[in-house]
Amino acid sequence: MELHYLNTPISDEDVLKLRAGDRVLISGRILSGRDQAHKRLFELLLKGEPLPVSLKGQIMYYMGPTPAPPPRPIGAAGPTTSYRMDPYTPELLKAGLKLTIGKGKRSKEVKEALVKYKACYLAATGGAGALISKAIRSARIVAYQDLGPEALRELEVVDFPAIVINDAYGNDLYEMGMKTYEIRG
Amino acid sequence: MREISGDIIREKVKEAVIKANYEIGEDMLQAFQEALEREESPVGKEVLQDLILNARIAKEECIPYCQDTGLVVVFLELGQDVHILGGLRESIEAGVRMGYQEGYLRKSLCDPLSRKNTGDNTPVIIHTQVVPGDTFRLWVVPKGGGSENMSKVFMLPPSAGVDGIIERVVNTVLEAGPNPCPPTIVGVGIGGNFETCALLAKKALLRPLNSPNPDPQLAQLEERILERINKTGIGPQGLGGRITSFAVHILMMPCHIASLPLGINIQCHANRHREIVL
Repeated sequence: MELHYLNTPISDEDVLKLRAGDRVLISGRILSGRDQAHKRLFELLLKGEPLPVSLKGQIMYYMGPTPAPPPRPIGAAGPTTSYRMDPYTPELLKAGLKLTIGKGKRSKEVKEALVKYKACYLAATGGAGALISKAIRSARIVAYQDLGPEALRELEVVDFPAIVINDAYGNDLYEMGMKTYEIRG
Repeated sequence: MREISGDIIREKVKEAVIKANYEIGEDMLQAFQEALEREESPVGKEVLQDLILNARIAKEECIPYCQDTGLVVVFLELGQDVHILGGLRESIEAGVRMGYQEGYLRKSLCDPLSRKNTGDNTPVIIHTQVVPGDTFRLWVVPKGGGSENMSKVFMLPPSAGVDGIIERVVNTVLEAGPNPCPPTIVGVGIGGNFETCALLAKKALLRPLNSPNPDPQLAQLEERILERINKTGIGPQGLGGRITSFAVHILMMPCHIASLPLGINIQCHANRHREIVL
């Protein structure tokens, strides 16, 4: 298990260095969005219409923050459960998205798409919203303001911590971890 | 007849929703520490350390412990000799509305079909039990969506028995895996009927973590189920480890001779509730 420092945008070369179980510290600009923002991006992609932001080399953090109490840039900002984004994810990966960050299991289709499009799925510590907010230096809404907490945001992060769950080689940390500690009988 | 002002209820509920979201209970903090000592997986230990640090930051800096500040569930024990001045639901919802605005909490409710946010985190789900006397006792429970989504109801045949109950609870935890932010607390409601077993499961979560079930038979069943759950290897955040759940809490009541209803309500480590007694 290695520690990688990643700076955005993310290249195929960056992705191919990552293995399930590796730690990453991410710095740069990343996107954040959840259910409804994904639905809208997906529908635009299906219609072949332009997206409000480019996904090429991008990171999508599945997160809807609490409102920012001044002078903080953002409120609590932990990951939401990822499987709800599964129906939309392969299409977003096809459009160039390189890393997705959330918590919880992904579908077989998403895991296959990660291999096909050279991308990875990472997890941040679910429920640690106050702690994770410390890695976020600024936040601004880039699209879908009407969605409130579900709007699409751009975050500036410094050493944002995550762990690789599904790599571009088909490995799955959730399966590996559970097998190590399972007690039968 | 005792009169209670709706204004007082509103203010107390407002304070309670804010405090519940900023300060995780002492019983949870103690559970994190105990789990940290027992966890064998290095990554599992790191997760537990993160949770302890997260709780400290949230409390000291007055920001929510988790960004999912929940849908508010209220359990109310209302004495039959109490008269509320100014409307009970109105007062509770005004408190939630103000608390979520002033406390910078996320508004997490929406229309189920259009998905349009209701904008103020109402309506509140209120379960009222009328009791003798003039007491007014209320629990405010902001419940996160991730763990709620992993909850289940089973209408088992009586032949399923205790073994059938254990099997369904363990399988529900296994299927949920990393999704509900383990380590979790598993609320189990046995008996009643279709809707009541789910309500019992949720109410079971109100019991503090370090207090034993008063029914020795259920206390033993809780231990048996917890042992099975912690053998799955799911561990903190599903990354592999010994501590998948901190506790199993059971509430039980009689049921129809034809049924064995079973409700399972999963609670993430952001186990937040505040009690108000007026």
